[in-house]
Amino acid sequence: MLRRSALFMPGNNPAMLLSAPILGSDCIIFDLEDSVSLNQKDSARLLVKHAIETLDFGSVEVVVRINPVSSQGWKQDLREIVPVYPDAIMIPKACKEDVEEIERFILEIEEEKQLTKKVKLMIIVETAYGIETIVETLRCSRRIECVLLGAEDLTTDLGIKRTKEGYEIDYARAKVAMAARAFSVQAMDTPFTDVEDTEGLVKDTLHAKSLGFSAKACIHPNQIDAIHAVFDPTQSEIDSAIEILEERDRALSSGLGVFSIHGKMIDLPVIQRAQNIVDLARKTGKLK
Amino acid sequence: MKIEKPAQAGTLESNDIYVQILPNPKEEIEIRLKSVVMLQFGKQIRQVAMQTLNEKGITSCILNLEDKGALDYTIKARIESAVERSLC
Amino acid sequence: MKNALGRDVPGHPYLGLQPIERIEYKQIKSLKEDRKDKVHYDLESFIKTLPLEDKMTLSFHHHLRNGDFVMNQVMAEVAKSGVKNLTICASSIFPTHAPLVSLIEQKTITKIIASYISGPVADAISEGKLEDVCLLQTHGYRATSIMSDETSIDIAFIAAPACSPEGNITGSMGPSGCGVLGYAIADAWYAKRVVAVTDFLVDVLVPEIPACCVDDVVKVDRIGDPDGIVSGTTKITRDPVGLRIAKSTAELMKATGLLKNGFTFQTGAGGISLAVAKEIHALCLNENIKGKFASGGITSYLVKMLEDGVFEELYDVQCFELDAVESIKRNPNHHKMSAAKYADIHDPDNIVNQLDFVILGATEIDLDFNVNVTTGSDGRIMGGSGGHADTAYGAKFAIIVSKLVSSRISVVVDQVTTITTPGGTVDVLVTDRGIAIHPRHQALIDHLKATTNLPIVEIQTLYQRALALTGIPEKTQNLGRIVALSQYRDGTILDVIRQIDTAE
Repeated sequence: MLRRSALFMPGNNPAMLLSAPILGSDCIIFDLEDSVSLNQKDSARLLVKHAIETLDFGSVEVVVRINPVSSQGWKQDLREIVPVYPDAIMIPKACKEDVEEIERFILEIEEEKQLTKKVKLMIIVETAYGIETIVETLRCSRRIECVLLGAEDLTTDLGIKRTKEGYEIDYARAKVAMAARAFSVQAMDTPFTDVEDTEGLVKDTLHAKSLGFSAKACIHPNQIDAIHAVFDPTQSEIDSAIEILEERDRALSSGLGVFSIHGKMIDLPVIQRAQNIVDLARKTGKLK
Repeated sequence: MKIEKPAQAGTLESNDIYVQILPNPKEEIEIRLKSVVMLQFGKQIRQVAMQTLNEKGITSCILNLEDKGALDYTIKARIESAVERSLC
Repeated sequence: MKNALGRDVPGHPYLGLQPIERIEYKQIKSLKEDRKDKVHYDLESFIKTLPLEDKMTLSFHHHLRNGDFVMNQVMAEVAKSGVKNLTICASSIFPTHAPLVSLIEQKTITKIIASYISGPVADAISEGKLEDVCLLQTHGYRATSIMSDETSIDIAFIAAPACSPEGNITGSMGPSGCGVLGYAIADAWYAKRVVAVTDFLVDVLVPEIPACCVDDVVKVDRIGDPDGIVSGTTKITRDPVGLRIAKSTAELMKATGLLKNGFTFQTGAGGISLAVAKEIHALCLNENIKGKFASGGITSYLVKMLEDGVFEELYDVQCFELDAVESIKRNPNHHKMSAAKYADIHDPDNIVNQLDFVILGATEIDLDFNVNVTTGSDGRIMGGSGGHADTAYGAKFAIIVSKLVSSRISVVVDQVTTITTPGGTVDVLVTDRGIAIHPRHQALIDHLKATTNLPIVEIQTLYQRALALTGIPEKTQNLGRIVALSQYRDGTILDVIRQIDTAE
């Protein structure tokens, strides 16, 4: 599945839910947590449930962020949402203990309702404890597909200032990207909160990409295209990937084990990377 | 089941519906509807409302609906929400 | 009689797109002298001197839009004379013209000819209060019908932002400056009597309407409220769905191959249409494309595009915003044009015929691509063609932009309530849930499918997608009396508008 962007959407807003499939993001996160006020949690939960049941989201991945284990309501969230088959449940403030508890409860629901498809998990690490124990968390559930770094809560937990440059989260980014890779899980970067500053968003996304993130969460639809532009392969990347794959085919058919292009030896990791680029280009429609 | 306690759900934003549920001294279901799409969908909205109340086992209430072009699933969700708030 | 679009209409039915006959316009009436004694300082006593008679036709223009004081002031005085059964030929009527409703009720006014009507007057017509049938014309045909004497104006009252004592008029000066008076030009040249109503008497060196057209000049305190001149809808949408639609539209325009040096463009003032202008602006700057002109009602945004060199020229028939009023004063490449130059069907060199692209809105569009911008889906009058049908006809690509569904109402319907613009002149519908291209452009459809990722589907598919969300709307058949006619730019009748039931 192609997942470069994930757009957060307040769960209690019918107009926004309706636009979810058409804003262009690869993934939509219906939020029952921070963007829903305490006295509307019940309404949001029912609205999201019926929206998922009813609307056709096409190829857009549908994720629901539930309330954290430390709060009221997370069990009710799961009871309503899991049976309508979202693609994934997103767990805020994730740590090993919470993920285990949530997974046990999901399993109960799935067995009780005899659900035919197991729901995936996405986790948000957004506490110092969550960051430092990320490896244990990732090890504890095979349902986890993606880990999102939540820099706003993390910097609050650390008692430090969040800046646009983001030096303060470099360690957390590197740690999340590395751990995610170790478990073959996707690393998704924290949202860029200044929705007017597209240049800043691009810079921030490029930086995350350079550390190993392959997706970025966003909080406004206008951020989606800029994020995709960063993660999509460029035309010259696509061209050289195609050249590599063509050379490989030629080498294979003439029985050569290794080959070179423009004097550079092409080995397996390079071929693999070229294949990844071509695959991504096909998925994003940049290559027909 | 009779509605004994007033409750409300939803908003007056476009694509949403504001739902108010009240006890009905006449012990029957009465639906009062205002809608921006009355001409096109008035009957349909009443039908969804009645069906949702039936599914929730409600036999007596006054249901005030002020619709701003909500789709059926939103209407259903908001009425369910109002009923649950009334019953808890 | 059923017209070519299957609608039962009185009068000359629309016959489909026909070859255009050239016609000779009548002689311009005799020219007036450059006298300075045309000025009157009291509207009330001046109107008492006019030879008003029952069944006369009085005309007005709408360049002061919802800030216009002139039509209400003049009609209040005319009503005092006791004349009945007047026809009002106004280029548009806005909510501010609510006082006309009582004149309709007391039969002072029994017929209205206009290109766009919104607010209480529209409601009064829909509710059957107007004795005769209202005629809704395109901007182009209003000029055509005046010049061909089909509409014979007895007295034209021209709100004049600045006027000389001899009667030289311009829209570009004065406290109620509205930039251009494009819709008043035919009235000025062809009405039997022309009265300039002004609040700013001054020497006018470069008149839009010269003194030789003008019989009388009446000085009043104020002709309008500049705040009302600015249209309320001229903001680029901030709705992400609307922006998405604008992006696809720009991408589609580029893929047609017509978006190249020398291209021509018009856009309405709706939020999504303006967002398209913004996309095209950025695209042209990026790729160094320079368009020939943009035309129509001019917004701040088009002024900015002119100033950034995206277009060489603007052809302006009315200013939507005060920036446009300023620009037309100082920028020699920002031209004024009359409604006839803009869209008269008998002028082969009119501006609409030179358009590559026009971006338009729709209240409804049906499976044959017919568009309604005249009535709501309940049949109530809430607009009119304006230049919609004119530009759709003239432009190589008439592109309709709209959300597919908003507040449970689908823009795509099986049959539009009222036909404003025939589907044969509409080329593309861009929505948030897919793009439909008129099937007569099969080569383009194939080309776009092969070379782009644009979501090209059939319009039936969009209709099904909409119904899947909204459910099937109830149909109500309106058998009320005919209260208005939708008249095409060739003078034929596209559709009827019936009285609505106000019982509820």
